[in-house]
Amino acid sequence: MKAIEKRSNAPIFWALFGAGGMLAALLGPALVFLTGIALPLELIFPPDALSWPHALAFARHWAGKAFLFAVIALFLWHAAHRIFHSLHDLGAHAGIGAKLVCYGFAAAGSLLAAGALLSLGF
Amino acid sequence: MRDDPVAMKLIEIEVLRYRPEQDVEPVPQVYDVPFTDDMSVLQGLQYIKDYLDGTLSFRWSCRMAICGSCGMMIDGVPRLSCKTFLRDFHPRRLRVEALAHFPIERDLVVVIDDFIGKLERIQPYIVPKTPRTLAEGEYLQTPAQLDVYEQFSSCINCLLCYAACPQYGLNPEFVGPGIMALLHRYNVDSRDGAASQRMEIAGSEAGAFNCTAVGYCSEVCPKHVDPANAVNQNKTLAAKDYFLRGAKPKGGKR
Amino acid sequence: MSIPDPRRPYMRPMTGWWRRNPFFIEYMIHEGMALFVAAYAIVLLVGLLRLAQGEAAWNGWLDALRSPLSVAFHVVLLAAIGYHAWTWFRIMPKTMPPVVIGGRRLRPSEITAAGVGAAILASIVLLGVAWGLMR
Repeated sequence: MKAIEKRSNAPIFWALFGAGGMLAALLGPALVFLTGIALPLELIFPPDALSWPHALAFARHWAGKAFLFAVIALFLWHAAHRIFHSLHDLGAHAGIGAKLVCYGFAAAGSLLAAGALLSLGF
Repeated sequence: MRDDPVAMKLIEIEVLRYRPEQDVEPVPQVYDVPFTDDMSVLQGLQYIKDYLDGTLSFRWSCRMAICGSCGMMIDGVPRLSCKTFLRDFHPRRLRVEALAHFPIERDLVVVIDDFIGKLERIQPYIVPKTPRTLAEGEYLQTPAQLDVYEQFSSCINCLLCYAACPQYGLNPEFVGPGIMALLHRYNVDSRDGAASQRMEIAGSEAGAFNCTAVGYCSEVCPKHVDPANAVNQNKTLAAKDYFLRGAKPKGGKR
Repeated sequence: MSIPDPRRPYMRPMTGWWRRNPFFIEYMIHEGMALFVAAYAIVLLVGLLRLAQGEAAWNGWLDALRSPLSVAFHVVLLAAIGYHAWTWFRIMPKTMPPVVIGGRRLRPSEITAAGVGAAILASIVLLGVAWGLMR
């Protein structure tokens, strides 16, 4: 069957790409600033902000779990989709192998994140 | 009244020649073309054909940027040769080659059968929602209804957007920006009723999702159609169609 | 006896297509920002895994975050993800149907500005909520 006759399954990955891209555009810079610059350098925020009890409490709360999972998973799915297409742009064959590597990586990361969040309990 | 001849400036035009009966592959050939400031690249090519080398082949017609025939790569950018002026390149040498991403038939003439086939496939005409008689009179359309599709109706099928689109170059099965603009033009026209049929094409593996939002198609469009907008709107529309109608990966009936 | 077909259409190769035009070079750059989005997600994921491994592992990770190398890396991430955000909202108008407000179609620059505005607002809310949670 020719490509024009087959319904594409791209919408699934495109929707995840879109959600991740929007989240990264809206909150990415602030998150990077917060977790990677402000908190480690103790700028603005108190020095014990990321201490074990605080971090644990955040990751145990349902909202904290939802937020962490959303950011990690959606960022990974966004990147997987874009990197897959960039590989194609660079001349790589955009076949099942490349798809498995890219989307598989995002799936693995999402599973790991879910597993870690669940193991921390409520 | 001037009796003495006006001293003409010369510009070097390098054309990528290809004559399948004698060339293994395309070869550049340089011509020295006298020109005045009002001359287009098309007129430069016409000078070459008329006075320097009658074997040069290229398409052209209206010479006023409405027929869409004279598209070619000018210094690596897809442009209409009738709308591009020699004065803007002088004194540098000007490179002219056939429109990118299409097979070269001969010199500056490309094979566009692929585009024509796809054009026929999207039903580029109003398919009435319900059968309508002449006695019912004309359709009525508000300015708002017109605004939704008007820019896309400006497409002159010049194929510059195809030469601009790397995804079409990498995957010629992609229907491409121009076809998507026309598909969209009819889908959102209030008089038309064939959107679900055209959606099969937009949502297919040859459809909108081949696009990675490079956006160069809209940059080069001489009629400001903004095909990138048509393609990307149809990603959302196709995704809605996909999720709300259920997934049928084998392209089953709707 | 039939004459062989004199037509022999020539397909030019696509190799190096993106290097031939500054527009495409910028495209490859902004698409490449996805690598940095992935990198940050991995940083968060590693942190989460360390958190799940217990207090000692978590404190070890906090020390790593405080290292000059990590902070410098996050400055690079900030620039990259900032560029992602900017190019995302720059493309956003291309993905939308006409938006009519007050009888007038919004211009692409206005849609981009709205997106950037929303990001600034969301960032302020995030940092505000974070500050509130950490007091």
